[in-house]
Amino acid sequence: MGLLDRLVARKAESGSPVVGASAGGEPVFSTKALRKFLAVLTARESPVLLDLGAVVGSNVSFFGEQLGCKIFVENLYADLERHTRDQTLDAFPEFLKTRFAVESAAVDGILCWDIVDYLDRRSALALTEQLVRMLRPEGALLGFFGTAPARDTFYTKYVVVDEVNLKHRAYPAACRRQSILLNRDIIRLFSSLRVTESFLLQNNLREILFRKPAWGG
Amino acid sequence: MWKRDEAVRPVSGQPVAPPPQTPAPIGASSNHPGTNQKVENDIVNIGKSVVIKGELNGSEDLTIEGQVEGTIQLRDHVLTIGPNGRIKAQVFAKSVIVLGQVAGNVTASEKVDIRDNGSVDGDIVSPRVAIAEGAHFRGSVDMQRKGAPAQPQKPAGTSATASVAPGNAAATQTPAAQPSTPAAHRAGA
Repeated sequence: MGLLDRLVARKAESGSPVVGASAGGEPVFSTKALRKFLAVLTARESPVLLDLGAVVGSNVSFFGEQLGCKIFVENLYADLERHTRDQTLDAFPEFLKTRFAVESAAVDGILCWDIVDYLDRRSALALTEQLVRMLRPEGALLGFFGTAPARDTFYTKYVVVDEVNLKHRAYPAACRRQSILLNRDIIRLFSSLRVTESFLLQNNLREILFRKPAWGG
Repeated sequence: MWKRDEAVRPVSGQPVAPPPQTPAPIGASSNHPGTNQKVENDIVNIGKSVVIKGELNGSEDLTIEGQVEGTIQLRDHVLTIGPNGRIKAQVFAKSVIVLGQVAGNVTASEKVDIRDNGSVDGDIVSPRVAIAEGAHFRGSVDMQRKGAPAQPQKPAGTSATASVAPGNAAATQTPAAQPSTPAAHRAGA
């Protein structure tokens, strides 16, 4: 029995994503790609995870205690927020080039969440270059991409409920989402990776699981 | 004398309530307002006006409201960084509770607990880690499953120590020892 099977998981009865609400009123939506992302991590002896979102205590417990991951928490949303408030977004691509102290090919999984939606093209390219550098061959990257323009300015914390459900927790932001990326734009952006799973969720998010080819990136 | 006797005498046969006891704020001694450290119920408290630079060793629970730079070792005890605590140090303890700010790596044999408004910039090694919703954390988390507590490495440049032992809360202020933490080397930190 694999580690994933031992996790207490709420099974989605149907194949389609289900949007609901948690006891705290925060929306919960199903995810298909997360399970596959976790499978990549659990296949490793001591997986290393890079989380680009704001720290969430329950996520740290989930990945650290249940999956035995070593977790790097690098909150890019906080960096983006600071650059937005300081009106130094022009320097953000250069900042990203030196942002990560993680060695090359040292990470098994990257939780990219939806950070790319908030970046201009130059920043997005600088970020993906760094992410590809840090990812091990056969490593996985999970990203969310909006498919409809959002009027409000907020970031989202994604809280792992279990392997098939994520909770959304919005918090205020100074930065707006940039223009919506088409599928081909996303694929070009992560051209060094290959798309292994792509799902359009009912909440207008596209979740994509990328894998780094074994032969390099 | 007369006034004190009158003060404790029951009035109209009603029992006298004990004088209200107000809890002393963390970091302040009720008997000696200027005292920065106290031993009370086996918990040592380093007050917010205290600055310690060097190596801090102890064999009892410790609460820090002041500033510590260097290394902190409480191998079998609980270290609490109070809301006013500012730590630039490598920390080794059984459990670490953070309500203030820590810049440096934290190693605990049982648990690290970053409370609301607590902040850690550094790497955490502990079998259990709890991070509250309003907490700040930047670094890595390694929930090692080894039972033995990690042995601290003595940082270069630390020549003197400040020890806290039961019944002796004296701390010696020493020349600064700069902790070398991955967090310090991170760009944008």
